[in-house]
Amino acid sequence: MKGIAGSKESNDCLISVETNDKTTIEINSIVGAFFYNQILKTIEDTLTEQGLKNVKVVVVDKGALDYTIKSRLLTAIERMKEDV
Amino acid sequence: MFRSLLFIPGNNPSMLQNADVFSADAIIFDLEDAISISEKNNARNLVRNYLINSSVLPKQIILRVNAIDSEWFYKDIELLKTNKIDYLLIPKMDKLTSDKLTVLLSEYEAKNNMPETKVIALVETARGVEELPLYAENKRLIGLFIGAEDLANDLEIKRTESSEEIFYARSRIVYQSVINHLIPIDTPYTNINNPEGLLRDSTYAMSLGMKAKASIHPNQLDTINKVFSPSPEEIKWAQEIIKINLSKPGHGVFQYQGKMIDKPIINRAEKIIEKAKIFEIL
Amino acid sequence: MINGVKRFIPDNLKPFVSSDEHLNRIRKTVSKKSKTDETVFLHNIDEVFNALNITSGMTLSFHHHLRNGDKVIQLVAKEIEKRDLKNIHLAPSSIFPSYTNLVDLIKNGNVTDIHTNYLNGPVADTISQGYLQGKLIMNTHGGRSRAIESGDLAIDVAFIACPVVDQFGNGHGAIGKSACGTLGYAISDLEYAKKVVLVTDTLVDTLVAHQIDGRYVDYVLVIDSIGDRGGIVSGTTEVSKDPIGLKIAKDCANLLNYLGLIKDGFSMQTGAGKTSLAVVKFVEDIMIKNGIIGSFASGGITKAYVDMLEKDLFKNLYDVQCFDLEAVTSFAKNKNHLAMSASEYGNPFEDNPICNQLDFVILGATEIDLDFNVNVTTDSLGNLIGGSGGHADIAYGSKVSIIISPLIKSRIPIIKERVMTVTTPGSDIDILITERGIAVNPLRKDLLKKLEDSPFTLYKIEELLSITHNITGVPRHIETDEKIIGYVEYRDGTYLDVLRKVKDEYFR
Repeated sequence: MKGIAGSKESNDCLISVETNDKTTIEINSIVGAFFYNQILKTIEDTLTEQGLKNVKVVVVDKGALDYTIKSRLLTAIERMKEDV
Repeated sequence: MFRSLLFIPGNNPSMLQNADVFSADAIIFDLEDAISISEKNNARNLVRNYLINSSVLPKQIILRVNAIDSEWFYKDIELLKTNKIDYLLIPKMDKLTSDKLTVLLSEYEAKNNMPETKVIALVETARGVEELPLYAENKRLIGLFIGAEDLANDLEIKRTESSEEIFYARSRIVYQSVINHLIPIDTPYTNINNPEGLLRDSTYAMSLGMKAKASIHPNQLDTINKVFSPSPEEIKWAQEIIKINLSKPGHGVFQYQGKMIDKPIINRAEKIIEKAKIFEIL
Repeated sequence: MINGVKRFIPDNLKPFVSSDEHLNRIRKTVSKKSKTDETVFLHNIDEVFNALNITSGMTLSFHHHLRNGDKVIQLVAKEIEKRDLKNIHLAPSSIFPSYTNLVDLIKNGNVTDIHTNYLNGPVADTISQGYLQGKLIMNTHGGRSRAIESGDLAIDVAFIACPVVDQFGNGHGAIGKSACGTLGYAISDLEYAKKVVLVTDTLVDTLVAHQIDGRYVDYVLVIDSIGDRGGIVSGTTEVSKDPIGLKIAKDCANLLNYLGLIKDGFSMQTGAGKTSLAVVKFVEDIMIKNGIIGSFASGGITKAYVDMLEKDLFKNLYDVQCFDLEAVTSFAKNKNHLAMSASEYGNPFEDNPICNQLDFVILGATEIDLDFNVNVTTDSLGNLIGGSGGHADIAYGSKVSIIISPLIKSRIPIIKERVMTVTTPGSDIDILITERGIAVNPLRKDLLKKLEDSPFTLYKIEELLSITHNITGVPRHIETDEKIIGYVEYRDGTYLDVLRKVKDEYFR
């Protein structure tokens, strides 16, 4: 099961989530040098909030703010759940 | 109160994060026409998290929700729980929609222990225009907004630069707004590369009695604000009238520059000053 | 030791003290060159190297008037490579992305030291990554002239791309198939280099007027093409449509007007970016509305200023380099469109350089810090992406200097507690205008007083930083490598800052 949301436009990010045997988070951000930890925390907190484990999350970030990252992840999760 | 409203597509992070910077009196976050069916949830998630988390927000926030009989409407109004939304903009308003809306929102508010939600009606069908007298009294309403593109589709006519084809609808909205103390809001001017056309269209709408105009690009806002603000001459006139009135307590009727000034004119002067203060011109 | 902008400078270098410090010193000049020999015309670069006996370790200079279209520096670079000369010191006034063949020369040790005022593209990246064996010195346009005339930057051979040359070795930039307009950056090189080579693709019998005086010219190298003049167009000729940029530009013009700076006889300079162009447009509107005629606009000149000159909104343009082809045409035909040399423009030791006569300047910033220090030399990771050019010269000289910039670029805040690199000292920066507010340098009490009751909401720069951090989050502090790759030299010859190698993980 897999879900994708967002875009590669500036200030946005493209996030994919799929079921996996463990939780992995891969972040590729144009502002990673400055905000990697913050992006990672946003992803981890959202997964915890959603009670989601054992997923592979891939983020391609073009300078999105945290609420954008969270929103895209939430939609990707919804889409993953619909992807049967 | 507003002069200018700016549509921002709910799915555009770049626009969202600068929504507070634009010189619109109100921002309309759009979940309806600007969002394709597959992106409805994505846009709603983004607007919700933006409203909850952003440290900077516009002065007044309007949410354009999807039609009340669509599958998305109930999810859209969930955003009221952010407590950040001032008004809902309801598409395709007519008598039936107005009645249903009252029921739906009242139930929703009661269930969630929320105050009464204020709404702006998007008048964009022939029925919506003709049934105005039947729903304009809805106490939730604060404004009537003419949606000329959809109205033209409904009428199977073309939109033109002179906008003669919407004269009737514009006027009807203005009259119904005045009767019911609502803000008549004009349709956006859609050619963003024609500033002269925007000025002409705005000035004309204002002359018909429109009090505000929506826009689809931030670069249209300065023109709209200028047209729908009281002019320096008007403000000066109003200040004079109020000054004279205050100096003659009890009279209520006097002459100014050869013209009779009575209560309705004094009221008008007070409205101009109030507007000027709200829009930070004074 | 720690210098006047709180930066570490190695003890063997003269630290920056303050931007006024040059007023306590006297102008130092070596004698201008004099030559008695006839000017010699040659037809290939090999002959030039032989005739001048160009050897390893020499200093060769260039100007950048053909900008990204220049072919002269690459022609010389090829010859250096062919002859495998080592330890060459290059002093081009700027380095553009098209000068790609310098990359291998740097990596192979043919070129080991560089003096320049601006650089970006592959050469900049190569140097950021630590390949230059010697040092990179970043000057200002005015400072480069000072360095040359004082002998601090001694040039063995100046290669001057020159669009038209006559039989006496006089040259001009306004005509010829590669016309690029004024040659302001080449004048100090011409007058003080030990040897001068004009490189041209157009010969005429005699020139009525000339900017390059043949009395200084030793050789003329005639080749097929000195460059592609289409490559000089820098930045943009279109006014910004970006609503954030337009808002900043409008606020800027309104602020200038409120401060009474747009008045009869005023002078101004702006960059060539989209937002700067929008400021120019709004200033023009105010001038027309109020019937104001300015004295001059200066700098790199663009079409926007040419239009204003032609509408008689300014009496003169002082042009050190043409930024587009409309400016080139105007320079050739309009007697009020005047050339200025880099020294007349910004040399701190000139009696009254143009930069000191400016009422206001509009500048950009990659970063600005709480002391108002501005960085336009590196990005926030330390990669070289530009340089002062005239930034520090006009920020110092003008009565009011204004930085316009959005607060956030792709989530990265432009306000920093401390900029990565100091290009222009904060004492010379007066006002910052952003989309979310205006900050005035507390040193400018006069401006703060004037703006006290204005309709503009003023913030402390610390407040703007905090507004920004609330939006973006606090960015992680970036460390550079220890290795020093060069220095930022202030216009008076003192050292403003150290340039260090970028850490491997932050390479562009």
